[in-house]
Amino acid sequence: MTKKQKKILIRIIISAALLLFLHFVPSTGNRILDLAIFMVPYLIVGWDIVLNAFKKIFKGRLFDEEFLMMIATVGAFIVGEYPEATAVMLFYQVGELFQGIAVGRSRKSISDMMDICPDTAVVIRNGEEETVDPFEVEQGETLLIRPGEKVPIDGVITEGATSLNMSALTGESLPVEKNTGDSIYSGSINLTDVIKVETTAAYEDSTVSKILELVENSTDKKAKTEKFITKFSRIYTPCVVVLAVLIILICSLFTDMGVKESIYRGLIFLVVSCPCALVVSVPLSFFGGIGAASRKGILIKGSNFMETLSNVDTMVFDKTGTITKGNFAVDAIHPREVSADELIDIAALAESRSNHPVAESIVEAHGKHIAKDRLGEVSEIAGKGIRAVIDGKTYYVGNGKFMEEVGADYHECHLPGTVVHVSTGNLYLGHIVINDEIKADSAEAMEKIRQAGVKKTIMLTGDNSKVAEIVAKTVGVDSFIAGLLPDKKVSELEKILGNGRVVAFVGDGINDAPVLTRADIGIAMGALGSDAAIEAADIVLMNDSLGLIPSALKIARKTLRIVKENIVFSLAVKIGILILGALGLVGMRVAIFGDVGVLVLAILNSLRAMRVPR
Amino acid sequence: MKRSFKLEDLDCAHCAQKMEDAIAKIDGVKKVNVNFIAQKMILEAEDDRFEAVLAEAIKKIADVEPDCKVLV
Repeated sequence: MTKKQKKILIRIIISAALLLFLHFVPSTGNRILDLAIFMVPYLIVGWDIVLNAFKKIFKGRLFDEEFLMMIATVGAFIVGEYPEATAVMLFYQVGELFQGIAVGRSRKSISDMMDICPDTAVVIRNGEEETVDPFEVEQGETLLIRPGEKVPIDGVITEGATSLNMSALTGESLPVEKNTGDSIYSGSINLTDVIKVETTAAYEDSTVSKILELVENSTDKKAKTEKFITKFSRIYTPCVVVLAVLIILICSLFTDMGVKESIYRGLIFLVVSCPCALVVSVPLSFFGGIGAASRKGILIKGSNFMETLSNVDTMVFDKTGTITKGNFAVDAIHPREVSADELIDIAALAESRSNHPVAESIVEAHGKHIAKDRLGEVSEIAGKGIRAVIDGKTYYVGNGKFMEEVGADYHECHLPGTVVHVSTGNLYLGHIVINDEIKADSAEAMEKIRQAGVKKTIMLTGDNSKVAEIVAKTVGVDSFIAGLLPDKKVSELEKILGNGRVVAFVGDGINDAPVLTRADIGIAMGALGSDAAIEAADIVLMNDSLGLIPSALKIARKTLRIVKENIVFSLAVKIGILILGALGLVGMRVAIFGDVGVLVLAILNSLRAMRVPR
Repeated sequence: MKRSFKLEDLDCAHCAQKMEDAIAKIDGVKKVNVNFIAQKMILEAEDDRFEAVLAEAIKKIADVEPDCKVLV
């Protein structure tokens, strides 16, 4: 509790004790004396509200809660309900205090959780250790990081080897071994040995600063539900005030209940005129949900994205690097006319300038020195393959379509995988089969994604349909679209979009930024250290396991459920009080108790969003 | 220019909404976001009028919640 909150708490306790005492003391029988007595607990707890209310009258802010609270309580004094007037002010302050404490707590618990960035860094300058603010460390300086310390800035280990706990970044608690030459990320904790690290970024461009910024600013992007609450709260207070005036007029003019009772009923309306419960609990729930997600290594860039994620019914996955590991390796070499060595030699030479994973796997399988001076003109034909001149002879290395085009008598392989055919002119020389491993947890994650309520899963891939079918069957996606050129992925996604579907696209963020942007929700995985992915995606998974997606779905659905519960519950109670109050069935004390009660319950409910569901 | 300010003792959520509405009406403000949860204000305004806009915004904040201070 802050000092200010403690002061208010003391005022509340004194005032409540006095009020309770007065409850057991008989009235003096003198109205003026009674009023003076009740003024004591009233002013102890509410003097600042009354003072602020007066200030606001002069500024013309007549729909402010403090002003309305003052009118309600002063009105109650005028109609002679002294204890009620005092109780209303007392409960109003209790509600405000509780709201302040709860929000402060949750803000603190989230910032503690995000306390992954150290306040100091030890930097080696002119051979001496200096302890400085991480802000002052420049790119290229050398840091000394001892066991137990947090890595303040991204860098590369120049001396030593250690294991790091990266759970604050990835949600994965198993330590990771890092050796000299490896990159490490700020926010990791050094566990075992002293290391020296050369920084590769300034503090503000480091991973940890970016994550903090994302999470802090995430509540600025408001969800539709939040916007609705904002609009609603703008009209709610004026409407209730107008209704209060109407009730007073109608009751006193058209019924025989008398002016005093009519005013009393109208005042009940003012007591519930603050939309506080909604205005506080809805953003608080989103903030809690985003905090819970970031603790698991899931960064949600806005409340709006969390809302959309909770409605996702179709998920589209990229294959390579998302469902599979993306580590291509040559499975088989089937030569014709030439030897296996000669075939791989030709293919490796032709592909040696490409950085495509398939090309790299061929070069790796070749394993020997590549004599680039044997290579003449090389041209890449998009979606088909490569035409290369080697030792003065033209070779074609690529897919079946390419072979057809050059008229080579090729045949598809009986093995599944990506097949690279080789020919010279129309003479077919054989093919190489390349495969990619499926991630160990993809199948399990796919099942959990379905359990979390996603109705349809689709896989997109540039590979041939034979490979796609096997991967799809193994991990259990509903359908797949194979043989897609990179630029066709967007148009395929566009066909899936619309029709009332809410579509998420999951990719590794490397080649699929346009698709990530186009989907209703773009989810990039394995994004640690990849700025492009963090930029393009709406939701960023810090490690490359599909297993985080079911967790993200659960957190989003839970958060939205809490938001809806709070909206329905708060409105139901408020409207209930308004109706019962108008009919004279509840008094002011019940009304304010109900109103503050709703506020407290809604806030407590929204705090549940901070807990990570299992 | 876009700057972020910490708000101290911003105690009620509906007040944050009112501040935001009031500041948005100031001449020269491009975008303003008063975030109750993060206790901060992000103010985007025309460069040459920024100081004037900020002074006006601080006044509006004090109108809504006299206890709330803007840390500049």
